This record gives sequence, structure tokens and C-alpha cells, in this order.
Amino acid sequence: MSEQSNSVGGDAEAVATTTEPISPRETKGMRGMPAAFGRSIGLVIALLVLVAVGWATAGSNFMSLDNMLVILRLASVIGVVAIGMTFVITAGGIDLSVGSVLGLASVVASLGAIQTASEGFWPLMVFAGIATGVIAGLMNGMIIAYGKVVAFIATLAMLVAARGAAELISQRQSQVVVNQGFKSFFRQEPLGISLVIWIFAIVAIVGWFLLNRTTFGRRTVAIGGNATAARLAGVKVKRHTVYLYMLSGAAAGIAATMLLSRTTAGISTHGGLYELDAIAAVVVGGTLLIGGRGTIGGTVLGVLLFSTLTNVFVQNDLSTSVQLVAKGVIIVVAVMLQQRFASREGVTST
Amino acid sequence: MPVIEDDHPASLLEVRGLTKSFGPARALTGVDLDVRAGEVHCVLGQNGAGKSTLIKTLSGAHHPDAGEIRWQGEPVRIGSPVAALELGIATMYQELDVVDGLTIAENIYLGHEIAHGGVLNQREAHRATRELMDRLGHPSLKPNREVGTLSPANKQIVSMARALSHDIKLMIMDEPSAVLDSGEVDNLFRIVGELTEAGIAVIYISHRLEEIERIGDRITVLKDGASPASNLSVQQTPTRELIALMTGRRIEQVFPPRATVPTDAPVLLEVSDLSLRGVFHDIKFSVRAGEILGIAGLVGSGRSEILETIAGHRKATSGTVTVEGESLTPGSVQRAVGAGMGLSPEERKSQGLLLEEPIFKNATLSTFSRFARGPLLNEPAERRATEEQMKVLHLRPAEPNRITRTLSGGNQQKVMLARWLIHGTKVLLLDEPTRGVDVGARVEIYGLIRELAARGTAIVVVSSEIDEVIGLSDKVVVVADGRVLDERPATQIDEHGVLDLVMKGSAA
Repeated sequence: MSEQSNSVGGDAEAVATTTEPISPRETKGMRGMPAAFGRSIGLVIALLVLVAVGWATAGSNFMSLDNMLVILRLASVIGVVAIGMTFVITAGGIDLSVGSVLGLASVVASLGAIQTASEGFWPLMVFAGIATGVIAGLMNGMIIAYGKVVAFIATLAMLVAARGAAELISQRQSQVVVNQGFKSFFRQEPLGISLVIWIFAIVAIVGWFLLNRTTFGRRTVAIGGNATAARLAGVKVKRHTVYLYMLSGAAAGIAATMLLSRTTAGISTHGGLYELDAIAAVVVGGTLLIGGRGTIGGTVLGVLLFSTLTNVFVQNDLSTSVQLVAKGVIIVVAVMLQQRFASREGVTST
Repeated sequence: MPVIEDDHPASLLEVRGLTKSFGPARALTGVDLDVRAGEVHCVLGQNGAGKSTLIKTLSGAHHPDAGEIRWQGEPVRIGSPVAALELGIATMYQELDVVDGLTIAENIYLGHEIAHGGVLNQREAHRATRELMDRLGHPSLKPNREVGTLSPANKQIVSMARALSHDIKLMIMDEPSAVLDSGEVDNLFRIVGELTEAGIAVIYISHRLEEIERIGDRITVLKDGASPASNLSVQQTPTRELIALMTGRRIEQVFPPRATVPTDAPVLLEVSDLSLRGVFHDIKFSVRAGEILGIAGLVGSGRSEILETIAGHRKATSGTVTVEGESLTPGSVQRAVGAGMGLSPEERKSQGLLLEEPIFKNATLSTFSRFARGPLLNEPAERRATEEQMKVLHLRPAEPNRITRTLSGGNQQKVMLARWLIHGTKVLLLDEPTRGVDVGARVEIYGLIRELAARGTAIVVVSSEIDEVIGLSDKVVVVADGRVLDERPATQIDEHGVLDLVMKGSAA
């Protein structure tokens, strides 16, 4: 892939002259959306194919509004995690700890001391969950930026440690949520759509805005594209790296409270392997694993693709084992389609 | 064209009317070229003239739209890089194509490993590698050394060894001297001489006319994808004519006239007793507003490290750097940038630019938060500011949304200059400002640097071309082994003077 794009760039360079006007070679995505969409065509096609399969095999059971909401609800928790992950990966990093941190955050949020009795102040639970994620992210970020440990290793260590901490705190017991305020808050369904879907939507929109419209996003892309250049231009690369992992941790914390509302119990095993689902969604979505290019829209599509897949299998009473195989195939096919469209776009527009 | 049949039998490679388009852009519009066995055939041309496309067509990476390629008299179709190698054509690309994580031996035999039944014969590969390295004059490069630890010059040696590990008849070298200093260039020329003596032909691509005069037998000039002149004899073609062919104009004066800096102009940059342990010691100089100071020295003299330390990219062990009287924190790029200093690094591509991003995002990389309203980016304002600087810098076409990778070397350098212009830099540090920039654009870059100085910027220039340092600067500091040997007005020193000083300095 990179070899291919190199040779395309080489041609372009060879053709370019200093004086001749040439056909414009603009990024179509100045406004964000068009480029993200253009690169996501493969993904949209894959999603449509999957929907067609669902329709053909499960008919109206699949194509009902209720089922669509089920798919979205399924996508929400992992979706929020994946949005946070998109930032980290765009900056050239990786956060393997999100699943464990989610588990830890769910345990902390559901501690008796925090949720107190059934009438306790429930926002404290949400705060505790998010704070747990932020603190774990802060530790990740400090270790990576200032301790100069490779992100893969640092967050792998956190993956192990956070899971252990969650087991210690919960003593491997499910901590049932008894707080009625928390439960009834998350039972709300504005416009008939469950609250977790709203949260996912809000996180996605805020994420898109943050990545495409703010100085924070610009720094993120710059660090992923060329960290040395960013540093020499005066960007505070280390500090920003810490912020990015805190962001990813916060997303895991938000996801933890969402999961807590669905399962109504804090369990140390919550979020197992979520890091892999999130990374798969981000990469299938079109964010470059080496950094420098990130797309929130693509990540959302990637998450939807996987949750639709799960749904289609459930509708057809197929085992989860078959589902896993299909998921692996989809990851490869989607990324290959992605690259095909990306390189075609590269050739025609350059 | 005088054909000396005895020395040079029939042409090894004949190219006739080669054309190649990429969509609407016509990269080659009809190139003719003959290469004889054992000759050095130079291909000259500005960036965008079609040199890279020609090379890639000959090496099988591109397929021509029309035209004929004959190899040893037979028409051939070079379908892939492997097919080119099978014919005996090896290519050494400018962007070194070595794999950092592998050893020297592994790189050389990548794709044609020495193995028996799938089992690698490492001993044999190492022996052959040592032989190649001896032949290339670099016996110190051990076969099991990891390539990632090598300098660009040594990576090039590995790339060359890889080409030689095949049985080749033609070697294409794309600007091989761009990453070398003068001693290494001498070694390169010695190798080229050995190749041609063994009957191997070399196509040598370069911007440097003086090199072509030294080693070239014949020249083909490319301009706008065509070859206005093919197979000229080097000895019988005057330099003026070559420049005229390449550019379509005559370069009257390469370096802009120097300005007289008033003695009461404020000192913007003051470097005193700056040291970086093990690299350089007690570096001392000052630069006034409007003045260009050049640092002349060979590779390894510490010249780039001095710039990087001044800019805070490296942390000085002792000494101070002050900008307009304000002293900077050692090792803090942010402080330096904040105080009005900008560095255009030696490796523009790997240290300076976000190649996949549009021009304007590169131009405002130091200033985007200044344009922003709070945390919200203001891209229209960034684009306007970039457009303004593009006009000042004659960066054409004036499309701030164009992806930076697609620009020529000269235009990429202008993007770096635009970044610091938008920033309002008072002290500009330029490391190799014309690396990878072609002849015509160089003159323009020199003019721009002088213009920036005239507007009151203090400029420090480092270059491996001593001629360039002297021609461009008002004042020259000569460094060797990390020490300042001398400082004098540029008018009172020439290239020989610098080399004399360096020789004496090293001996002392």
C-alpha cells in the first residue's frame, strides 16, 4: 500500500513543474465530509451488501425499525471506544488498554461507596467511571510520552494491570447496580431511541468536530503525519500525546457507564477484547494505522458494519464461531476494497 | 555525431520517441537516447522535465504509451522491475529503497537470496557481501550491520551493492550525489569509473553540471518531457549551452548581489560558547538584522548539529543562544519558535513537512492556533495567509489545497519558507536550503533568501556545497571537528580558502 502510494507520488512529482499550471490536485475533503465519504465507498458498499444479505435471509425481522435500533444499540458502546481510539491511531499511536480500562471503570462506578444506596447521587457514578478512564489514560500517556515506552507495550501493560485492578476491587464479584436514579436515567428513550444511541451520536459528532475543526485535531493529524516536523514547528508533541491517551481513556469511561446501564452490574470482565473490536473498526473505517489520516465517519461505519454482521447472524441463528470467521473475512475484504478505492482516487485526482 | 566504432560497439540501449502520460498530464512527449556499453551517459533536466518518468520507464516501473526501446539491437518491452533486472538493467533510486530493519547482506540479496532448497546460506551471502563492499571501497561496512544505523551515504553504497549483486550491463543512477559530501562523491566517481571499465554502461542523472563535466561521456538534455538535445559530447558542449537547453534561458548571475548591512543594525541572534558534548565546542557568532551568515564545513564538522542546537532541537550542554537579547531555554523548540526563530531542516521530507497534507496546513503548522478562534480552526484565514505568501514566494500554481507531496523540491522548500514567513520569524536557520532543488529553482531560492534578509531577517545558512555557502552569505564561519576555525566576510574567502583552513585545522 505505502509502496503503491509512493510510486504514485513519484509520478506526480515527475510531472509537476514549477511554472506550468496543472490539473488541480486538491484534497477534496477540505470540508471534511466528502473526503471521508470518498474513502469510505468500499465500506458503504460492504455495509449495503450486508444489509441486503440480512434482508434476503431474515426478511422483515431484519428490516424492521426495531431491529435497526437493536443494531445501533449494539454498536454504541464499542462505537464510543472506537471514536477515542481513532484519535490515538490518527496520531500514530495505539491504545490496547481500552477494554480493560472499561472493565475497571465499570467496577469503580458501581462500587458501593460510590453509588451508595438506591437513592444516592447517581451522576457520581458516571463521573467516577469517566475519571477512572481519564486517570488510566493519563498514566498511559505519561509512560509513552515522558517514559519513552512504545505505545503498544505501555498500553499492553495497562491492559493487564487494569484488568487485575478491576478484579482486586470487585473481588471477582458482580457489583449489582441498585441505584434507581442511574437505572431510570438510562432507561429514557428520547424520540423512541434509547439513550446509549444518543450518547454514541453525540460522541461521534463531537469527535468529528474535534478532529476536523479544532487546533486539537490539527495537532493530532500533524503528530501522526510527521512528529518531528510538528515538534520543529513548535507543537508540544509530548503534552499532546498525553491528552490523546486521556481522551481515549475518557471514551472508555463513558462506554463503561453505557455498558453498566445495559447490564446493571459492574463486572471486572466487562470490555474483554473490546480493544480489538475498536481497532478493527477504526482501521476498516479508513484511519491509517501508521497515523496522519483519521476519519470519524469511517470509524462509525466500521462499527456499524460489525454490529450489523452480528445481527444478521443472530437473526439466522448462526453460531458465534461462524460469526468470528466472517468478521475476520470482512476485516480483510473491507480493507482491500478501501485500498482499491483509495488508490483509484489517488490516480484520478493526482 | 562522431561514432567511434572501435571503442564503442553498437548501442546497448536505444530509445526512440518515448511518450508517457498520466491522465491529462504528459510526462514524456518524445525522448530519444542512445547508451553505449561502457559509457557514462548523463541525463540533465530541471525538476519536472521527465527524468524520473524516464528512469521508471527504463527500469520497468512504468510502461510507455508509445515509442521504442531497443536493448542490444532487439526491440524489448520492459514489463516489470524484475524483467529489467533480467535484461541487466539495475536502478539506484534517489529515494533510497533499502529496508532499515534488515542487515546489509540481507538487503543486498533481498529477492534473490543465496539459498539451497529454501535454506539461507548466510555464510556465502556474507562472503559475497564483503567482496562487494571491498569492490565499492567500503570494507568497513560489515555484512551483519543493520541498515537502519547507516548514514544516507552508506545506505546508497548498499543500494549500489545490491545492483552489482545482479549481473548487470546498465546501471541507472538517480542523483546519486545528492546525499554525498565531496569525499564520498570522489569515491562514487571511482566506482563509476570501475563499472565503465568493466564494460557496464551508466545513466547518470544529476543537477550538478560540474559533476557531469568530470565523469560524463555524453549528455542528453530533457525539457518538458522531450529531449531537445540527445547524445551530445560532454567535451564539445559548453556549459552555457547546456543551461540554455535545460532552462530555455541563460542564467546571468547565480547568486544575488550582497547587501551592505549597516553596522548599527540590531543583533538578532547571538550564540556564545555553545557546546554539545562530543559534537561541537564553544561556538560563537552573532547575526544582525539583514545579514546572512554561512557556516562552511565538511560532513561531520558539526554544522547541522549546531543549527539544530540553536533551534532547541538538541539540548546544548553549555553556552547560550539569545534572540533579540532574550536568552532561550536549551532544548526547547517551543521557546525558540516563540522567540521568533525558525529552522528549515536538512531532511525536509522526514523532518519538516506533512507530505500527505495540503500546502496550507504545512505553511501554517507553526501558526494555526494563532489563526484559530479559541480552539476552533479558521481554515479560510489560514488559506488566505498561505496564498499571500505563495505570491511573495512565486510558488506556482497558487493552490493552497494541493497535496505537498506533489510539489517539486524547490516548491517544497518554499512551503518551509512560507511557514516561517507567516510566523514572522526574525531569525531563520536554513539547513541545506537547496537540497533536491534543480538549477533554475535554486537561483530563485537564493534570490528569496536574500530578499528575506533585506526585509530585516537574520539568516544562518548551512550547506554541503561550500560554493553555495560563500556565494549566498555576507559572513562565513568555518567549522571543522566541532570548532570555529575562522570568521570573515564572504568576500574575503573562497572554496579553496575554506578547504585550506579545514585541512590545517584538522591537522592541528
